Amino acid sequence: MADLSVTFAGVHFTNPIVLASGIMGITANSLIHVAHKGKLGGVTTKSIWLTPHQGHKNPVMLGTEHYFINAVGVPDAGIEKAKEELRIYKENKSVPLIANVIASSETDYGMITEAITELEPDLIEVNISCPNIEDEFGKPLACSRVKAAEVTKICKSKTHIPVVIKMSPNVENPVEIAQACEDAGADGLCCFNTFGPGMLIDLESRMPILANKVGGVSGPGIKPLVLKMVNDIYKAVKIPIIGTGGVLTGKDALEMMMCGATLVGVGTMIYYYDIQGFVDMAIEMNDWLDEHNIKNITEIIGALNR
Amino acid sequence: MFERKVPVPIMLNRIDVPIMVKIIDVIQETDNVKTFTLDISLNAKPGQFVNIWLPGIDEKPFSVAEDNGKTLKITFFAIGEFTKKLFACNVGDKIGIRGPYGRAYSWKPNSTLALIAGGYGAAPMYFLAQKAVETNCIIYFIVGAKSKNHLLYLNTISSLPKTFLHIATDDGSMGHKGYNTEVLEKILQKHHIHQVFGCGPEMMLYSVFNLCKKYKTEGQLSMERYMKCGFGVCGQCVMDNTGERVCMEGAVMTTQQLSCIEEFGKYHRDKEGLKKPF
Repeated sequence: MADLSVTFAGVHFTNPIVLASGIMGITANSLIHVAHKGKLGGVTTKSIWLTPHQGHKNPVMLGTEHYFINAVGVPDAGIEKAKEELRIYKENKSVPLIANVIASSETDYGMITEAITELEPDLIEVNISCPNIEDEFGKPLACSRVKAAEVTKICKSKTHIPVVIKMSPNVENPVEIAQACEDAGADGLCCFNTFGPGMLIDLESRMPILANKVGGVSGPGIKPLVLKMVNDIYKAVKIPIIGTGGVLTGKDALEMMMCGATLVGVGTMIYYYDIQGFVDMAIEMNDWLDEHNIKNITEIIGALNR
Repeated sequence: MFERKVPVPIMLNRIDVPIMVKIIDVIQETDNVKTFTLDISLNAKPGQFVNIWLPGIDEKPFSVAEDNGKTLKITFFAIGEFTKKLFACNVGDKIGIRGPYGRAYSWKPNSTLALIAGGYGAAPMYFLAQKAVETNCIIYFIVGAKSKNHLLYLNTISSLPKTFLHIATDDGSMGHKGYNTEVLEKILQKHHIHQVFGCGPEMMLYSVFNLCKKYKTEGQLSMERYMKCGFGVCGQCVMDNTGERVCMEGAVMTTQQLSCIEEFGKYHRDKEGLKKPF
């Protein structure tokens, strides 16, 4: 049995697999259920707003064997409801909790970070990269080096909890933006949010199928894109990375770690293999490490030969 | 020989991007209820649901009222903005569909079953009865509604073999005056019932659940929660406090499963996840 545990920004995880934000993270009981049944290392909440925010109409998620697309529109009942849920989560003493927060302005990012700190999540993940609310809020802040750094600074000034910035893959200069966040004090990076936005259309009705017309693309097809960018960023920063995108199997997760991720965010996988897929991933990772006589999974972080 | 070892994804036997299908028949069941026959089979089983999409308008889940391998039926009540628009569709129009989703009812062949339906729950229950009699089951089928004019599927149910139809209406305009669960209790007292199946409003299902406990009978009830994806990813339909998803660990849940679910019969959640009491 290899040791699958990792430490990320000072937080101990029994294995590197964490539930990505926006998947089954609406209630505390849902997170506890997935963490337990999937034997996860950690879980991430859905994005939490200060005040209630309505999402898009249905359909909000579509999938095929090749790709997945979503435009849920980040619906949320606001911080008051989140407090109730996060308290239930903490009382149950489950795996480490990553609280994902979102806002529509730099000041609000500071306020939601401060508010969520009271609930003492293990990490705070700042979502500045949602690709499917552009109609409402414009280009994500994660697309600008300056804005990404500003938000990082503001959030850092409001909390003692490690801050992870959720990056956008839809930029020309992901490495520069990652460095700007690191310089602004980020304790870690989550690479990445979904790609695009993209669009699926229906031939018969000549209509986009998602109610929001466009949505973020995830699923197996994005894995090679994410592996490359995670590796580029790993080589350029010292802070740890949550590698997220297209991971469906244990071997995918190991590849992500070999490219430089310390934790591996997994979400869309549930669409293909359901919660059992998490358990299978950990088994596959352990088997591979045993076969290669690697005692500790941390040995493979960034171990890509180049 | 090199063998590719790829685990088989769970999503291969259904459609998750809606396809447009023709409405080939429309039956007006009551003033506000219609049955559409769609030119598609999704190999849906009794208790499963499909998502119906009206391009540019919205998408909602519906129980399957029949899937005979060639066509698929849905029976629905024009109650909201979406169902009113659906109600206005005619033969020849095309609507979007994806699925099938959720766990189906499972029954033991050659057994005696009680099926209880409230309102338009009669449609999926009829589908179950139709399949169960093919496996030599005897069925006590109890339908309930506000009044005679709201009762659905009476003729089709009556035409099934080995099926005893019981009716209850709130106003007594047909059958027993009162709740259909009162009829169920009498049947449970009088006959040896192996399994109870229910579909209808949650407070009715909650009474059925209590009767199953009282008479120590296994039950399977079809749950309803606000849904988005239908395939277990978004987490919108999770129930407290087990965190089970109605679309994956339901929609048909066993009474054993429901005995651990605190919110059953108490509250549900809206689009934003806020609790709403029944």
